[in-house]
Amino acid sequence: MSQQLSVKHLLGIKDLKQEDIELIFQTADNFKEVLNRSIKKVPSLRDITVANIFFENSTRTKLSFELAEKRLSADVVNFSASGSSVSKGETLVDTVNNILAMKVDMVVMRHPKPGAAMFLAKHINASVINAGDGTHEHPTQALLDAFSIREKLGSVEGKKIVIVGDILHSRVALSNIFCLQKLGAEVMVCGPKTLIPKYIGDLGVKVENNLIKALNWCDVANMLRIQLERQDIKYFPSLREYSMLYGLNRTILDGLSKEIVVMHPGPINRGVEITSDVADSKQSIILDQVENGVAIRMAVLYLLAQNIGFKQ
Amino acid sequence: MQKGQTKRIFDKELLSITVDRLCYQLIENHNDFENTVLIGIQSRGVLVSRLIYKRLMEINPNAHIDYGELDISFYRDDFRRRELIVPSATKMDVVVEGKNVILIDDVLYTGRTIRAALDALLDFGRPLRVELLTLIDRKFSRELPIAADYIGQSIDTIASEKVLVQLQSEDGNDGVWITSSESKI
Repeated sequence: MSQQLSVKHLLGIKDLKQEDIELIFQTADNFKEVLNRSIKKVPSLRDITVANIFFENSTRTKLSFELAEKRLSADVVNFSASGSSVSKGETLVDTVNNILAMKVDMVVMRHPKPGAAMFLAKHINASVINAGDGTHEHPTQALLDAFSIREKLGSVEGKKIVIVGDILHSRVALSNIFCLQKLGAEVMVCGPKTLIPKYIGDLGVKVENNLIKALNWCDVANMLRIQLERQDIKYFPSLREYSMLYGLNRTILDGLSKEIVVMHPGPINRGVEITSDVADSKQSIILDQVENGVAIRMAVLYLLAQNIGFKQ
Repeated sequence: MQKGQTKRIFDKELLSITVDRLCYQLIENHNDFENTVLIGIQSRGVLVSRLIYKRLMEINPNAHIDYGELDISFYRDDFRRRELIVPSATKMDVVVEGKNVILIDDVLYTGRTIRAALDALLDFGRPLRVELLTLIDRKFSRELPIAADYIGQSIDTIASEKVLVQLQSEDGNDGVWITSSESKI
């Protein structure tokens, strides 16, 4: 069997076909096996250099990409906006072109502005992977979330997934909606009305404001963090009130008609959207998500590198 | 089947005789397989290795034979130089460190797959010795200094010809064919 991705960059799940997602998953299965070996490394990308460009804070995504790149034997350079020439007034395209002039083949970028990755892909001559662009998309997170559901429940098709919390500011929510729908799942969003975009129903998702009703409907609950750093006005009276109405705790979980799977993209605000006894319970696959993140990112890097011509 | 001329060089019966011979050759050199591991190379090589493993167990049902399957996609030397080959599953729940390893493939052609397989194998440990078993050896087409230790049949082919090994097929029509695609000549 031979195939390849239908895209040259990974800017968002919206651009992917269902076959692309399945090819990524199939490749990630193999990388997951590699990651369980004593030598967790393959030589595929040894002549590729990847730049990780982060204009916004990150722990998991940055580490996960860096590990994925190193386990594919790529050379890696890291760039953070803080402490760089960005503060001296250099534009995004100039910054990246200067990095590319040092012979870089792929760029992994996180940026606070929606559409930044797409803009970059149009203006530079390298493969771009979006590691989160503002409130727009976070494609590798959605892929690893769906991959983790597939691993836990056997498949994504036909499953009911509720995304709870700050849907308005969440790139994870948008990418997850696209990804899960392409794989045939039913998606519901749940949160206070102020944090649910007005026209989100147009994407074909169900909307529910009552957490208990939403949880009784679903097979999987993906609990999102309240993104206070993106909220310029107050969307709810207090974190305490949010937590009382939309926080997931053991009592709620035990009161449901069936056992559901609990997910969280991290970072967790323990005691706000999810309590510690839920986050650390058997029903939680939060750390599996992190583990699968490396395999998924290896698969994406490997499949996109296929498009980079071999240079003599 | 491809357009062009097709010649069947193995039918089911001859295949079974050849697999038997290969098995007895392995037994001759490895006795009860106590210190030996069989490893099939994904994706087509495992069809041969499963056949060999099954037959060895029929010959000696009490034997304990370590068996693994290895995908070599990530070690290929032609990544980005040809279309992508989607990887298959690696199942290596065996210890290769200090063991005699028998790599098994369907067709030995340029030798590049085996080169990649050796690299992949070494990531699992340092074998005592590595041998190669192939059902079909396409002579005179090697691009690397690699030779097989156990050969089902050696054949002369030219580059435009293709060798198709079909095993455990649904219609039971197992065998080996050489096809020449006229368009390439």
